[in-house]
Amino acid sequence: MSLWGWILAACALAYLTKLAGYLVPARWMKNPRMSRVAATLTIGLLASLTVVNAFASGQQLVLDARLGALAAAALALALRAPFLVVVLAGAAAAALLRLAGWG
Amino acid sequence: MKTRQSPAVKVGLSISLATGLYGVSFGALSVAAGLDFAQTMALSLLLFSGGSQFAFIGVIGGGGTGAAAAGAAALLGIRNFIYGMQMNAMVDPRGWRKPVAAQVTIDESTATASGQLDPVEQRRGFWTAGLGVFVLWNLFTAVGALAGDALGDPRQWGLDGAAVAAFLGLLWPRLKGKEPAAIAVVCALATVLTVPLLPSGIPILVAAAVAGLIGWFTHRPVPQGLEPDVEPYAEPYAVHDAEHMQLPGQRPDAQSDGGTGVGR
Repeated sequence: MSLWGWILAACALAYLTKLAGYLVPARWMKNPRMSRVAATLTIGLLASLTVVNAFASGQQLVLDARLGALAAAALALALRAPFLVVVLAGAAAAALLRLAGWG
Repeated sequence: MKTRQSPAVKVGLSISLATGLYGVSFGALSVAAGLDFAQTMALSLLLFSGGSQFAFIGVIGGGGTGAAAAGAAALLGIRNFIYGMQMNAMVDPRGWRKPVAAQVTIDESTATASGQLDPVEQRRGFWTAGLGVFVLWNLFTAVGALAGDALGDPRQWGLDGAAVAAFLGLLWPRLKGKEPAAIAVVCALATVLTVPLLPSGIPILVAAAVAGLIGWFTHRPVPQGLEPDVEPYAEPYAVHDAEHMQLPGQRPDAQSDGGTGVGR
C-alpha cells in the first residue's frame, strides 16, 4: 500500500476509535463508581501526558529544556497565574534555555 | 451568564491557542519527514490527534514502513476511546453533532470539559476547546508545512515547552487534597517506569489503567479535588473545596442554575 493508503487507514482507525467511545451507552457511565473512575482516569491521563511531554523522547527519558518549561509552569501555577500565562511561561522557559545552549 | 465570562470558554480559548500554535511544529516536522503538503494536511484534518500525528511522521521520518506508522498512530489514539465514552455521557451530543463531537474528541477538549462541574460549562468547554483546537491546529499545520525550513527548529521557539505547561495547567487544579495528588504521582511514576520498556503511547495507557483500577477499587464518595473546577482561583480555597465534597449528581444546583459558572 502506498503512503497515501496508510495515511487514510490511520485516519479511519483514529476516527472509528473516537466514534466507538460515543457508542457506549451513556447510562453505563452515570453511576457513582463510574463517576469516580472517570475522575481518577482524568487525573492519571493528565499526569501521564505531562510526564511524556516533559521527559520522553521516543522510548528514551531525557532531561532537556522541557524540564525548565515544567518548572516555570509549576511556578506560574503556584503564583495563581491565568492558564494562558502558564502556557507562555512554559514556552518562554524552553526557548530561553535553548537560546542559552541547554537542551 | 455571558459566554464571554464563562470560565470554560476562557480555558478553551487559551488551550486552543497554545495547542494550535504547536501545529506549526507538526507541519514543519511532517514535511521534513518526507510527507508532502496534502498528506500533512490530511493527517491534521482527518486524523486530528496530536500524539498520533507526531507518532505517524516520527516512524516515517525514521525510515519505518507505512504500516508501522499507522500502527503507532492507532495505539496512541486508543485513549480517545476512553475520552469518547466520557464525553458521550458528559456532553451528550445528539444527531449530527455526535459524529462531529467524535472528531474533536482529544486530550484538550476532554480535559477542558471534565474540569467543569456545571453541565452547561462542560459542554461549552468541550466545544470551545474541540473546535478551537481543530481550526487553529489545521491553520498552523499549514503555516508550518509551507514555511518549513524558514522557521528553523520549532523547538527553538519553545513550542514543546508550551505543551508541557498546558498539560500541567490542566492537571494542577485537580491536585487539591492528598488522594488526587497521590494518584497523579503514582501514574507519573508508572509512566516514567514504562517509557523505556514499551512502545510510544502504551505508557499512557498503563497509567490510565492504574488510575482506572484505583478509582474502581476505592469506591467512596468523590473527595475534594477529584471533581475540580478548572479555574480554581475565583474564590478562597476553603469555600471552593467545600463545594466539591459532594458527588456531582447530588449537587442541588448542578442541573438548575442555567449556566451560572460554578466557582464564581
